[in-house]
Amino acid sequence: MTRMQTQSQSQSQAPLPAQDGHVTADGRQIGGVMMEMKNITLRFGGVVAIKDISFDIRQGEIRAIIGPNGAGKSSMLNVISGFYHPQEGEVWFKGYRRGPMKPYEVARLGIARTFQNIALFDGMSVLDNIMTGRLNRMKSGFLAQALWWGPAEREENLNREAVEKIIDFLEIQNIRKTPVGRLPYGLKKRVELARALAAEPQLLLLDEPMAGMNVEEKEDMSRFILDVNDEFGTTIALIEHDMGVVMDLSDRVVVMDYGRKIGDGTPDEVRSNQDVIDAYLGVAHD
Amino acid sequence: MDQFFFAAEVVANGLMTGVMYSLVALGFVLIFKASGVFNYAQGVLALFAALTLVGIQQGQIPFADLINAAFGTSLHQFGWTVPAVLAIALTAGVMVLLAFLIEKLVLQHLVGQEPIILFMATIGLAYFLEGLGDVMWGADIKTLDVGLPQGISDAIEGATAEWFGYGFFIDRLDIWATLIAAILVAALVAFAQYTKQGRAMRAVADDHQAALSVGISLRFIWVMVWSIAGFVALVAGIMWGTKSGVQFSLSLIALKALPVLMLGGFTSIPGAIVGGLIIGVGEKLFEFFIGPMVGGATENWFAYVLALVFLVFRPQGLFGERIIERV
Amino acid sequence: MIYREAGDFKTSYRDDGQTFPIRLDRWGYYAVLAVAFGIIPFLINDYWASAVFVPLLIYAIAALGLNILTGYAGQVSLGTGGFMAVGAYSVYKLMTAFPEISIVIHILLAGGITALVGVLFGLPSLRIKGFYLAVATLAAQFFLVWLFNKVPWFYNYSASGQINAPERTLLGHAVTGPATSAPAKYLICLVFAFVLAWVARNLTRGTLGRKWMAIRDMDIAAEIIGVNPLTAKLSAFAVSSFFVGIAGALLFAVYLGAAEVGEAFGINKSFLVLFMIIIGGLGSIFGSFAGAAFMVLLPVLLKNVLVGSFGWPTNLAAHIELMIVGALIVFFLIVEPHGLARLWALTKEKLRLWPFPH
Repeated sequence: MTRMQTQSQSQSQAPLPAQDGHVTADGRQIGGVMMEMKNITLRFGGVVAIKDISFDIRQGEIRAIIGPNGAGKSSMLNVISGFYHPQEGEVWFKGYRRGPMKPYEVARLGIARTFQNIALFDGMSVLDNIMTGRLNRMKSGFLAQALWWGPAEREENLNREAVEKIIDFLEIQNIRKTPVGRLPYGLKKRVELARALAAEPQLLLLDEPMAGMNVEEKEDMSRFILDVNDEFGTTIALIEHDMGVVMDLSDRVVVMDYGRKIGDGTPDEVRSNQDVIDAYLGVAHD
Repeated sequence: MDQFFFAAEVVANGLMTGVMYSLVALGFVLIFKASGVFNYAQGVLALFAALTLVGIQQGQIPFADLINAAFGTSLHQFGWTVPAVLAIALTAGVMVLLAFLIEKLVLQHLVGQEPIILFMATIGLAYFLEGLGDVMWGADIKTLDVGLPQGISDAIEGATAEWFGYGFFIDRLDIWATLIAAILVAALVAFAQYTKQGRAMRAVADDHQAALSVGISLRFIWVMVWSIAGFVALVAGIMWGTKSGVQFSLSLIALKALPVLMLGGFTSIPGAIVGGLIIGVGEKLFEFFIGPMVGGATENWFAYVLALVFLVFRPQGLFGERIIERV
Repeated sequence: MIYREAGDFKTSYRDDGQTFPIRLDRWGYYAVLAVAFGIIPFLINDYWASAVFVPLLIYAIAALGLNILTGYAGQVSLGTGGFMAVGAYSVYKLMTAFPEISIVIHILLAGGITALVGVLFGLPSLRIKGFYLAVATLAAQFFLVWLFNKVPWFYNYSASGQINAPERTLLGHAVTGPATSAPAKYLICLVFAFVLAWVARNLTRGTLGRKWMAIRDMDIAAEIIGVNPLTAKLSAFAVSSFFVGIAGALLFAVYLGAAEVGEAFGINKSFLVLFMIIIGGLGSIFGSFAGAAFMVLLPVLLKNVLVGSFGWPTNLAAHIELMIVGALIVFFLIVEPHGLARLWALTKEKLRLWPFPH
């Protein structure tokens, strides 16, 4: 089981010291460890959702978490985003141990996410939804807002400019004033990504960004994810079921099954891991 | 020692009030479980039932005021009185008809709306029914008498005086009300647990779509639970109407079922029963010990504040399951 | 044909973010303001002031307040009557304790005190949600009414248990007390309603408003994108109660002149304001005014028709009014859960395309 637990990067020949950076084949800069999960165990009553899992996420990489249904992937993402608090283990972010934090405090550290079942604010327009991503950057006081005094309006317009850049980037200009409730599924997913990006996160968590999409939509979404990583240098951790997509997109992959980690490494390494093959294809019992 | 007996008497009275709260709360729980509707109109249903019962019993002409105003007539009475049992049966019929109309005119058109919209619709319904009751039967305070015994029970006073040297003052009406309510509560629980309709009802409560797919008629279940709620309201209306007259405040007393539900959890039948007893005893004891210090009439708010404070510490209520939030 | 946005290009985000982006709307808004401030004060008499305009403006403020809490932040409250009572009794205590200070300051302070009480009763909203919260706010309603009824200090130990507004002047004109003229009553309410509506609009379009709406639409997601539910919910309770408190203060001091808490601020008041925002439109400033106008005008209209024209007894008319209001609430929820504001928006959308809808 520990056979594939390697610290090395896909393009490097030898294992690297943890803090060293390197450059991938396609020219992206991968830095040191940004986030580290140490021996995480999460239980709900008697059910163990995550059992003693450790892995890290490096600056600038695209890290995938895969596994069969019920493997604990979403729970893992929820631990990272501070929604669940593990009973055991430590979460380290940028060199500091993170205590038990409220989800909104985690968001303020620069961690943004999307959701498996879209969690947009249905009563608001696309523009307002994306603007909510920048709430933590808006500092004008209560009185200034109440009177729409200089600073409040200036701040609103500055943030609007930033949001418009993301709207352009994700090619959703024509729907910016539409209430999100009216949008089709694929566009909702894109708006949700826009909202997460609007926060200009250092770490972006994507929970099944391509679930329920057709091939064309998946290609679009893959392109956006790669562009985000490439242009903004955003570190990305994602959960995805589509193996082809995962193997193409990600630099390193964690494989989970029944709450345990059964593999960790580059897509090529994971693909040839016997435990992973067993978990996905089943294993003959005799 | 007297203080202790006073308190014991207060507790006994509180328990009896509590059973009535439990009964009305059960009406809420049944509707909430079967249709997801939080029925604010439950209290007004009780008022409406009591008004209708008095009206039928005394042979009032429905809508007399309206007819008189519109046509210049001066109608008031048919000139007959209806025996109590028959009047109760007729009123029960009216409540079933009302349940049918509510399903047909209101609920059917609100299927799939958010729960809070349904809740507000029942507030509108409460206003409508209050107005309808007044227009049909007049808004004056009425006395209701269906032949239930009333007055302080001499037997209990005598017996307790002999045993403890302290005579308990307990109204015979309260004893009867408690007995009837207890029987009804037991019957409802048995109905929900052991009959075919009860099982269908619980199935609907769990999942509308799944219940439909195994051939349960949603409309039938809804009419049924609203009829039951109407019947429960009728019983509560009779008890409270006999005690303190049929008037608007009756619908507010029935609203006490709301804090009962908060305490017990909206979907729990045992919760409704235990919650009712706790609130009944709690508010009587509070009024007894603390009331005199703060000017009395604490029953107006005690139940709500108790439920509020309780929920802050245990949001799922007494018997609710721990809520695990998901994203 | 006339009402359209084509050709009305916006060249800055400031222009795009304004309240009335369409030119004709802007003109309509200015016209309404001109009539409200420039014409009505000269025409208004006692009947129109006390039957229509003053209650309309006061209830519009209360509806704005409840709409901030329920329509924008998604927290249903059935305690509006109780919070209005806090505003009324605060302004009464302030007016009688510090007669030399301006009534405007008293009214604002009454709003502030109500805001504090609102935050106190809003604390459970952090743990309790949905129906449970709605029922919990009934605790505020019943407790506050009981408190003002039972503690004589609040009504200055008056024998009747009532509170009576003494005369106070503003710029040389009486605005409270029996000698107040109709234009004075109207104007003070109008100024408060106008300024508060403007503040409500500003708050709801900016950062705070987005936080409220995020909590309303999906509280868990809101928290994960960085909204602190504590500050978002409590700020909604504070701002809402501030508005409701001012409405209560005006209702007592300017409109009623004398009040008994159970009668003036009972649970029916809570429902009245709730109905206003349902019929007007949840989450809409315009809807708050439309709903208040509807609920104020309907009884006046019914009374005129049933009692005035048909000669029916007043209490019968009142019961029929209950039925009609109840039926309308149900009707609106079935046909248009978003209220008059949405109907208005739909009409405008159609008008924009008229006469070529395709």
